[in-house]
Amino acid sequence: MSTQSATFAAYLVAAIAFILSLAGLSKHETSRRGVTYGIVGMAVAVVATLALLLEHPSGLGLTLLVVAVLVGGAIGLWRARVVEMTGMPELIALLHSFVGLAAVLVGWNGYLEDTPLTGSLLGVHHAEVFIGVFIGAVTFTGSIVAFLKLSARISSAPLMLPGKNLLNVGALVGFVALTVWFVLTPSLGLLIAVTVLALALGWHLVASIGGGDMPVVVSMLNSYSGWAAAASGFLLDNNLLIVTGALVGSSGAYLSFIMCQAMNRSFLSVIAGGFGIEAPTGSDTDYGDPRETTAVDVAELLRDATSVVITPGYGMAVAQAQYPVADLTAKLRERGVQVRFGIHPVAGRLPGHMNVLLAEAKVPYDIVLEMDEVNDDFATTDVVLVIGANDTVNPSAEEDPGSPIAGMPVLEVWHAKNVIVFKRSMASGYAGVQNPLFFRDNTAMLFGDAKDRVEDILRAL
Amino acid sequence: MRIGVPRETSPGETRVAATPASVEKLLGLGYEVAVEAGAGAEAAFPDAAYAAAGASVVDAGVVWGSDVVLKINAPDDAEIAALRDGALLASLVSPALKPELVAKLAARRITVLAMDAVPRISRAQALDVLSSMANIGGYRAVIEAAHEFGSLFTGQVTAAGKVPPAKVLVIGAGVAGLAAIGTANSLGAMVRAFDARVEAGEQVESMGAQFLQVERTEAEQQASADGYAKETSDDFNARAGALYGAQAKEVDIIITTALIPGRPAPLLITADMVASMKPGSVIVDMAAANGGNCELSRAGEVVTSDNGVKIVGYTDLPGRLPTQASNLFAQNLVNLLKLLTPGKDGEVVLDLDDVVQRGMTVVRDGELMWPPPPVQVSAAPAAPAAAARPVKEPKAPPSPSRRWAGLGLAALVLFLSTAFAPGQLGEHLTVLTLSVVIGFYVIGNVSHALHTPLMSVTNAISGVILVGAMLQIGSSQLVVQLLAAVAVLLVSINVVGGFAVTRRMLSMFSRGQER
Repeated sequence: MSTQSATFAAYLVAAIAFILSLAGLSKHETSRRGVTYGIVGMAVAVVATLALLLEHPSGLGLTLLVVAVLVGGAIGLWRARVVEMTGMPELIALLHSFVGLAAVLVGWNGYLEDTPLTGSLLGVHHAEVFIGVFIGAVTFTGSIVAFLKLSARISSAPLMLPGKNLLNVGALVGFVALTVWFVLTPSLGLLIAVTVLALALGWHLVASIGGGDMPVVVSMLNSYSGWAAAASGFLLDNNLLIVTGALVGSSGAYLSFIMCQAMNRSFLSVIAGGFGIEAPTGSDTDYGDPRETTAVDVAELLRDATSVVITPGYGMAVAQAQYPVADLTAKLRERGVQVRFGIHPVAGRLPGHMNVLLAEAKVPYDIVLEMDEVNDDFATTDVVLVIGANDTVNPSAEEDPGSPIAGMPVLEVWHAKNVIVFKRSMASGYAGVQNPLFFRDNTAMLFGDAKDRVEDILRAL
Repeated sequence: MRIGVPRETSPGETRVAATPASVEKLLGLGYEVAVEAGAGAEAAFPDAAYAAAGASVVDAGVVWGSDVVLKINAPDDAEIAALRDGALLASLVSPALKPELVAKLAARRITVLAMDAVPRISRAQALDVLSSMANIGGYRAVIEAAHEFGSLFTGQVTAAGKVPPAKVLVIGAGVAGLAAIGTANSLGAMVRAFDARVEAGEQVESMGAQFLQVERTEAEQQASADGYAKETSDDFNARAGALYGAQAKEVDIIITTALIPGRPAPLLITADMVASMKPGSVIVDMAAANGGNCELSRAGEVVTSDNGVKIVGYTDLPGRLPTQASNLFAQNLVNLLKLLTPGKDGEVVLDLDDVVQRGMTVVRDGELMWPPPPVQVSAAPAAPAAAARPVKEPKAPPSPSRRWAGLGLAALVLFLSTAFAPGQLGEHLTVLTLSVVIGFYVIGNVSHALHTPLMSVTNAISGVILVGAMLQIGSSQLVVQLLAAVAVLLVSINVVGGFAVTRRMLSMFSRGQER
């Protein structure tokens, strides 16, 4: 058994651990074990690689390695400790960008490093360099833009460049042409050119997707970061990278696909950067005036209710209202009121975002239901509290075929006896459409910060 | 349109198909409501209460002349004749068991909806009187058992000696069985339960009872497709019978709820088993109306066996709680009329494209509609939702030939690219393809709540590119070493941060009972 073959075997162990990790993460009961598997797999992979490195020790290399791992690990641990659960989407987007950038660097190194390959194998090697750099760079800038949009550092409205689809297709054609050129006559200039091209493409792809689709984008970038790792695996002849990258890539793609189905969006149009978004029909309909209510009245209503459904949205996350909402839930349940949560598949800015927040506030997860589980029960519900959700409870998705969100499955809260909408103002949601729900007879608006208002209700109870 | 609510004429019937509260809701749907005088007397709803709710209290002739008649029990011959042409009747019918009744109904130009033929899908739960009545019946079965039983249900240690807790066996964990389990449990008894359906085990345990197991073959492991129990094989019955025999010697109370729709009740408790029970034990046979699960039970009566075991065969268990039973039945009917009155304008619109309405319709305008096409929906949570939501996918699935062509093309491309790949590329492509497939399957059933943790773990795992950067850090070129070091730094943030943040998230997920 040589070090080489031992490393090879260790990689197999690591790959299996990663598969078990993903499988474990599919269920609550096994999810913690899943994370442990992932950590074990990563540790095995790193130790095995270290052993390989120590065969031909290079002092500078080892020093750099140790310093980089320690500094990086410390930063990672620190960020993970301090991040607010509401800031999770931004953090994950940022982490994706690191993988993308690393893939670009690995690709560049693959070119800079001398290679013993010749002939057609050299050509393949150069093509691999290009593909790795391309995917990595698209992931990098795409994730950066997603991060900036999610953290509201730039506007979340989709960027509408003229002929944007042509730009995307043109970039892809340019990439293919550059690859062929590079395989025939490799040069540093071409490598720089393709890097810049890919960075621009990644930026444009995500910039032209509206904020409402961000959960899908984050999941898509997750998939891209996997493909970037797989491409590096081809370049470095490393099966572990290929296996893991492909696992992450395909599972991420599948996750995005599930989410697109939940939103009734075409998968292709989302990943191709807002491809096929049409201008909304003019909606200057006069809906009349919404009815306003007070926290005291809502408390009164809740006291008499037997069944309450809470449908949270991104507004709850922004206002950090999950703790008072959990208190309210506990209080109502003590009084014998049936309280449940109805979670739209794309509520929040990240798949499962609401579940994470509610779990943080210790809401028992067996009363947190999916849209399909709760939608038929609204007719028998006394009070629905819509906390910071808008597009996911918009009746025009079902009733107005001209609406931009037409056909998207929504929480049919308007069937309930009373609907209370917690909202800062009458502004429209992420999709930028007016919500006729606010003007229904059984709807009352409770304006202001969701957290303050829920606390007011708690006091009034 | 006018809704008529007659007084029930079946002997011993105490329930009524509308309550003052439901009358108000029916008025809200745009209907007029006429209630026969004395209809709610047995259920503690006086005529004055109906009148106060907005109904007109009238005699039987007016009620039977209404456009819509709501009733508990199936009508008798005189009542069928009293219906006017074009009327709609909603009541219990048992169309599968009573073909002659269905024939009589179909002879009139009327529309008949069977409240006991609601498909078992989640959307239709609001109309399902079998569930709501079974729930009450299960509760009452335990109360009847406690009434006949000579001891306490709960165990106590007192100065006058120790009281052992009663042992209750519930056979059949449908709605009635589960309600019985809950009631017996809250009275303090030790409850165990058995059901032929494997998937009932979890529900039994959730109600606080012990789920008794028999060995099952693979075919018997499968969940039932329509939410009801199926008839079981003789072999399985023999094994279950042995279990009942052993339990009969041990328990004080047996409550049997085993019913298979459209068939006589299966015989579960033989006379021999009854003979082996302790004197003073009680059996409540909730299936007595359909022949009984116990060999000795007689419908509507309490029988005492030679060794002093009481066998309760009441067939009107829900009716023994007339007020609550009427409330629930009436609410089920209100929910039906909500479904039938999409315009809330007091006009009935029967939509036979809707599986719920189609499933209930026995006769439409004199045309026999029974039996309906089968609805394949399991009681498992995921499936009903899928069936309840109309499929909005506009794209037709590709024809089989096109799909095969697509698959063939993909296979060919894969074959050619791997076959002609130079060096190790072919091997790499193999690994890539297999891993992609594994990735798809491994997360196929991910729970929605876990999307974020799953994503942050896959993100951490994609940091495996660390390995690549580590390999390059040992290079002999300084530039390569430095670039690799930057890559290692970035990916380390990703790996450590990703795993740490996932652990943090997962530690937050809690289940109710852990609080």
